Amino acid sequence: MSTEKQQEQVNHPVDETEEIELNVESSEMDEEFVEDLDSLLDEIDEILEEDSQEFVENYIQRGGQ
Amino acid sequence: MLLRVGPEVRNKIKTFFRINVFFEHGKRHSTSRVTYPQGKIKKMKRRIYGLETEFGIIWTPDAPRRKTLTVQNVVMYLFREIVAGRMYPDVFLENGARFYQDIGCHPEYATPECDDVTELVAHDKAGERIITRLASTAERRMRNDGFYGKISIFKNNLDTPGNTYGCHENYLMERHVDFRQLASQLIPFFVTRQVFAGAGKIKPSHRGYYAISQRAEHIREEISIGTTTARGIINTRDEPHADREKYRRLHVIVGDSNMSEFSTFLKVGTTGIVLRMIEDNFIEQRFALRNPVKAIRDISDDITCTHPIELQNGKRLTGVELQWQYLECAKRYLEQAESDPPTNQVMARWEYVLTCLESDPMQLDRELDWVIKWKWLQTYLTKRELEWDAPQVKHLDLKYHNVRQAESLYYTLENRSETERIVTNEQIRRAEQSPPERTRAKFRGKFIKKVNEGKVLCGVNWSYIQLYEPYQILYLSTDPFKPEFDEASRTIYSI
Repeated sequence: MSTEKQQEQVNHPVDETEEIELNVESSEMDEEFVEDLDSLLDEIDEILEEDSQEFVENYIQRGGQ
Repeated sequence: MLLRVGPEVRNKIKTFFRINVFFEHGKRHSTSRVTYPQGKIKKMKRRIYGLETEFGIIWTPDAPRRKTLTVQNVVMYLFREIVAGRMYPDVFLENGARFYQDIGCHPEYATPECDDVTELVAHDKAGERIITRLASTAERRMRNDGFYGKISIFKNNLDTPGNTYGCHENYLMERHVDFRQLASQLIPFFVTRQVFAGAGKIKPSHRGYYAISQRAEHIREEISIGTTTARGIINTRDEPHADREKYRRLHVIVGDSNMSEFSTFLKVGTTGIVLRMIEDNFIEQRFALRNPVKAIRDISDDITCTHPIELQNGKRLTGVELQWQYLECAKRYLEQAESDPPTNQVMARWEYVLTCLESDPMQLDRELDWVIKWKWLQTYLTKRELEWDAPQVKHLDLKYHNVRQAESLYYTLENRSETERIVTNEQIRRAEQSPPERTRAKFRGKFIKKVNEGKVLCGVNWSYIQLYEPYQILYLSTDPFKPEFDEASRTIYSI
């Protein structure tokens, strides 16, 4: 097994480096993205502060054009 | 679907793609100019565009006090600041726009006459900012009178039980066009345009949770003059506020109100190009639909944008495919007609949007109202473990359209750069204060400024200005493309 692995490394050193770099970048990005998303959802919670059921039920307009 | 890639990556991909579309279009256009120098078609003409928006309005009292107010009273408070001393809540503003109370107690903002679509987007947004400021002032006055609460203002087209109010587009057109031909060539375009112009709405769960358009279900006729009951895909109201011999006004009531600048830009921009082709008698293909009123609902009900609708000739095309037909026709048209940079911008964005809609509409989650809203409702309800018919989700659907930024889902997203912009905040600020430079709104705006400074007594409308004592002069404008009425200007400036 270990010999096989080593052989692969020798055969494709460039590919493997690229793959590792990509992984690091995308996991950092995911983390950042999830944090951003969480804070945005918190902000959305804030704009929904009042009683949703009551607000939606009360939202009645006369028809316009 | 949402968590596939980070926002930066998505933006990079999109920017890259968009640049290519622009480039490709520019290239094709410049080549074609060499091949077809000025054929039967004249060079690009100017057009007057205008948008009228009816806002939804509700006042919510602070819980402990519970003094209530009718919508009519709230609207009176809203107008009080700008109608001082006048009998009716109906005024023209210094930026040339009209602000008034319309049928059903809706405050309505009508932009001044614009001859450029980007400028129109700025003026449409200016209306939101103006009404927002008026709401803050009104709340202060109400508190002074003992009414404690909050005004919410929505730029959408539906209330909870399903009453509708509109966003009307106005296009000044050449009078010579045969109206039947105009209608038949426009109906398929208006039926399908919602794939990028729709504002999105939640619908009852047994019918599939979400629809593309707010207005589609309220359209009952192909052609009609009605705006309050039998609304048509084509509305026949024709008050050009200009020389009737030369112009007609196309009053479009079929569309949704848009929060997204991108949606507004594309809605008006593509319609302008299609009208140009109709005026120049360029559209030869016939896309007549078997049942346009049914088709507009069917397209609205299909957020995958893949279900075909039936044409009179038996062919079946999706809404996106039909839009491609119009786009291809416009490309052929612009190989023979002179184009200009604003037209090229509309063409490039139209093509970009149709390309995305064809592969996966959800890619347009920064551009199109119905997709932006769908994405964030879906994300919110998934993360908060709610169903589509939960009151919080319906509430959030409404909040997307709230024009007061601290209360608005749309503006929460815009402030986090999650939406595509067409204009800058600076352009919008200028539009709040100043009229467009190249249309008669410029003169009207200046005139209103004098009126507000108390220097003249007058009556104002779109096409006239009447001076009262000691002048008693009526100035008419039959040419909305002319920024000055010479004689009237002299009179004003001599005061």
